[in-house]
Amino acid sequence: MATFFGEVVVAPSRAGVDDEESAEEAGEETPEDREIRRELEKKREIDVLWTLKSGASTESSAGEPLACSTFIVAIGHHAAAFLSSFILDSVCWEVVGVVKLWNEWCRTSNTTNVLPTDSFCLFYRLISDPTVLLCQCSCYVAEDQQFQWLEKVFGCMRKEGLQVTILSTCPVADYKTQESTLTLPSPFLKALKTKEFKEQVCCPLLEQPNIVRDLPAA
Amino acid sequence: MFVPCDGGGGSASSDFKGFTLLVPAVSVGNVGQLATDLVISTLDMTKVGYFYTDCLVPMVGNNPYATAEENSMELSINAEVYSLPSKKLVALQIRSPFIKNKYRPFCQTLLSWVKSSKCARVILLSSSHAYQRDDEQLLGTPLRYLLTPDLEKAVGGLMQELNWKEMEKVAAYPGINDTEKVLHIPGGGITKLLFTESCSKGIQMAVLLKFCSEGDNIPDAFALVNYLNEWLQLIKSEVNTSSQWKTPSSWRLLFGNGLPPALF
Repeated sequence: MATFFGEVVVAPSRAGVDDEESAEEAGEETPEDREIRRELEKKREIDVLWTLKSGASTESSAGEPLACSTFIVAIGHHAAAFLSSFILDSVCWEVVGVVKLWNEWCRTSNTTNVLPTDSFCLFYRLISDPTVLLCQCSCYVAEDQQFQWLEKVFGCMRKEGLQVTILSTCPVADYKTQESTLTLPSPFLKALKTKEFKEQVCCPLLEQPNIVRDLPAA
Repeated sequence: MFVPCDGGGGSASSDFKGFTLLVPAVSVGNVGQLATDLVISTLDMTKVGYFYTDCLVPMVGNNPYATAEENSMELSINAEVYSLPSKKLVALQIRSPFIKNKYRPFCQTLLSWVKSSKCARVILLSSSHAYQRDDEQLLGTPLRYLLTPDLEKAVGGLMQELNWKEMEKVAAYPGINDTEKVLHIPGGGITKLLFTESCSKGIQMAVLLKFCSEGDNIPDAFALVNYLNEWLQLIKSEVNTSSQWKTPSSWRLLFGNGLPPALF
């Protein structure tokens, strides 16, 4: 593509097509490349650690799947803060798990004593009804880790009769509407629901052509 | 990877024996995906399932082909399959880019699904960077086709009749050695990989692509879908074919919201 000044530049494609990808397919991977890639993949792996009643941490793979009737997931700082301010307290809720992950944007640890400004991903359980689970995920889960997060977290739960509610935020500027977003009264709520969700939704449904992406979408 | 829908007619809906499969490549201008949107929307194809895959960036929204309040509330995700048994047509729509390093596993899984679902042939809708054309390609039609050897035997003659132009190969080492020619589809995403893999696996695949640039790619989508229609005759091709393709409701506001009145 030539610019107005006459220089030729490579235009970035909306389709996300990279030239480096075609270079990759040109040659075979050497054993060293494979080793480096494997190490990087291992570094980007997600660990879900559940704290049992005895207080000992254990890998999620050991033990029975958790019985769960309601699972509320808050993704992002705002949603996590909402839960901290209005729902969570140390009397009714106990910490039962943590997700440990690393990516270029953030790192979480397996400590459950976190500050609101930290990046963390914690699971809480309602003491009076242990089938009610809550997840606060204020860390950024990268594209290649989202599926893993999904499989490892939901893999620990029994899915029969499970109702999942996902809380998330998006910038108003990203909202597509006929009018300008400048005059739109914000903040406002929109919802997406599956066919199986039969209850009344407390706000209007998200209109086309708006979409949700990343971890809430996964 | 393929998960059939429950209400879509049971096992019959996932039997694609003898069907033609339309697949878009995530490529420059998203032309293949836009063209697939036009086909699904115009022919009112029914969703029969989706791909459960970790290879594409997750996304979800409400039904992009909604025509009324009643059908606007069905969730839609990044890789869904639509079918029209009356025309023996099945289409896969891909709505998000590939996650880094995942395009190869996706291609492999896709091709093995093609084989297991017994589709007769696959048509890959794609595009390529217009600025990479050579002097000859700058003249004439910007549309090209490619056929795997197995499909060449079946429809090669038809391509001659339609007066279509085959995608030219380029020199592997330009300027140094002009005799060795390779297929080069810049900006085509997984097009070349899918095509070469299909050739070696004996899958009947055709690639239909258009040279284009990023921008308003709606006219490119119309051109590609009319090109497809010359072959498949999905809709009656009259003089003004552009007006017979129905654009889906999700194409609204492609270039941003309304302007704030305070601007003026």
